[in-house]
Amino acid sequence: MTEKKSTRIAYGEALKKLGETNKKVIVCDADLSHATMTSIFADEFPERFFNFGIAECNMVAASAGLAHCGYTVFASTFAIFGAGKAFEQVRNAICYTNANVKLGLSHAGPSCGEDGGSHQAIEDIALMRTLPNMTVLVPSDANQMEKAVFAAAEISGPVYIRTGRLPTEIITDEQTPFNIGKANVLLEGKDAKIIACGIMVAKALKAADMLKEKGFNVGVVDMHTVKPIDVEAIKKAASTGVVVTAEEHTVIGGLGSAVAEVLLEMKADVYFKRIGIQDRFGQSGKPEMLFEEYSLREDDIALAVEQVIFEKNRIKEKQ
Amino acid sequence: MNVQEKARKIRLDILDMLYKSQSGHPGGSLSCVEILLALYDNVLRYDPKNPNWEKRDRFILSKGHACPTLYAVLADNGFFDAEELSNLRQLNSILQGHPDMNKCPGVDASTGSLGQGMSMAIGFALAGKMAEEPFNVYVLIGDGEAQEGVVWEAAMSASHYKLNNLVVLMDYNGLQIDGTNEQVMNIEDICAKFKAFGWDTLEVDGHNVEEITEALLKPKGEKPLFIKCNTVKGKGVSFMENQVGWHGKPINSEQYYEAVSEVKK
Repeated sequence: MTEKKSTRIAYGEALKKLGETNKKVIVCDADLSHATMTSIFADEFPERFFNFGIAECNMVAASAGLAHCGYTVFASTFAIFGAGKAFEQVRNAICYTNANVKLGLSHAGPSCGEDGGSHQAIEDIALMRTLPNMTVLVPSDANQMEKAVFAAAEISGPVYIRTGRLPTEIITDEQTPFNIGKANVLLEGKDAKIIACGIMVAKALKAADMLKEKGFNVGVVDMHTVKPIDVEAIKKAASTGVVVTAEEHTVIGGLGSAVAEVLLEMKADVYFKRIGIQDRFGQSGKPEMLFEEYSLREDDIALAVEQVIFEKNRIKEKQ
Repeated sequence: MNVQEKARKIRLDILDMLYKSQSGHPGGSLSCVEILLALYDNVLRYDPKNPNWEKRDRFILSKGHACPTLYAVLADNGFFDAEELSNLRQLNSILQGHPDMNKCPGVDASTGSLGQGMSMAIGFALAGKMAEEPFNVYVLIGDGEAQEGVVWEAAMSASHYKLNNLVVLMDYNGLQIDGTNEQVMNIEDICAKFKAFGWDTLEVDGHNVEEITEALLKPKGEKPLFIKCNTVKGKGVSFMENQVGWHGKPINSEQYYEAVSEVKK
């Protein structure tokens, strides 16, 4: 796990690769093509790239217009602007009309670092998840990102793809599947399961390693599709009796909430905890420092899992 | 049927729909009748039997609350049975309170959130330019709608991408929900604004089908075209004309019969 690459670069490269075979692919950006990495596509196919300037709302609704004329449109900007500022355009122009637009939004989560809280989207998964017709993808590494882009192009309709700025570990290989709506179980475990998405999957794997040394057998699920969520995978995770979710996002409304909804409705006999940002905004800093400040490190995940296992055992003993 | 008779028929359809549904927007529907007649009778290329025909011109009613007019005109042109008109705003109806492209044949873009029709039109117009057989895109916006910032994002992008296949018509009736445009948020010299954004502009009598048609059929320059259509809100029903209160008010039976008899005259 030494090789590192950001999912945004993988996103840009995947768009170019997709554009080579699929001539109906159009890419839009809002003056951030060198940050979202759509510039890789733009350099190759300038005639199929539209820069809308610093006007995200117009870009989002115009993308819907292009899509309704038969194109597969990938629209990109920072997640805070695409999912936040242009939310109503995403809702009414893209989702309400079921337009074939893929929103590849970058710089999500505090891992985007020094730009600070104004730029770190921590609520995008929650916002996008509420919208009918929307599929929500949070790929865990650069390899998965390429597969996610191709999978998104395969389905007709709106897809949100969350990309990140920070180079992160490659944890999957060519053979790892990416099927929308089907979580990847990266590690089986009988004492607990960590359900993670995005860059937290790599941290979850490290946490499982740390816990192994302490004698715990902990599994890891890569829940790359937050919507539609893989209910079966959650059911299996719940059978361990301990589920911990991990996301680089507020714990309100994101992956943790989605998993909790499923667990409660299936009346799972489970002990549960959400790792994520605890109802705060981000701030400037080096990503590693921010992970520490917001308790998003592998150590934090490992500690949380251990605590929940401990709590479960203590209560079960009493019964 | 001559154009005056046709306009009368559309107005009667609008009154029937709004009276039956006991909700909806009379003022802004009545003000854009002639604009839609000019477009659908004289300008747009379409096939009601194949509403999704790829080569058709696109029309976006960005002021989506005026959809009774669009529905009446679509029915009149054979996109769906005129009997459907009585289902305006009813559960499971193809005629939603604001146009829904996935429910109603002939509706090219779902609208209702003001300003968004302009942006969707930018996407259509870009596609229209790239198409093997280029098509034109027409948008009708309200005057109050110009208060939405995204209208100006769209206006900027239209001239940047030289979308001379795009025409925006403005139903300039001077009124919005809370008062006159001047009172609520003055849009000042709207043609000068569009001109400054790199558009060609024209001004017409928005109740004169011939004049609107002539403006629409003029040879296109290199720029997108903005047409200010001067209209009267509530046109054709004297007690509604130029009345702020008739933006979105249910019509009672007395008012309905009075309005119908006046339009029929």
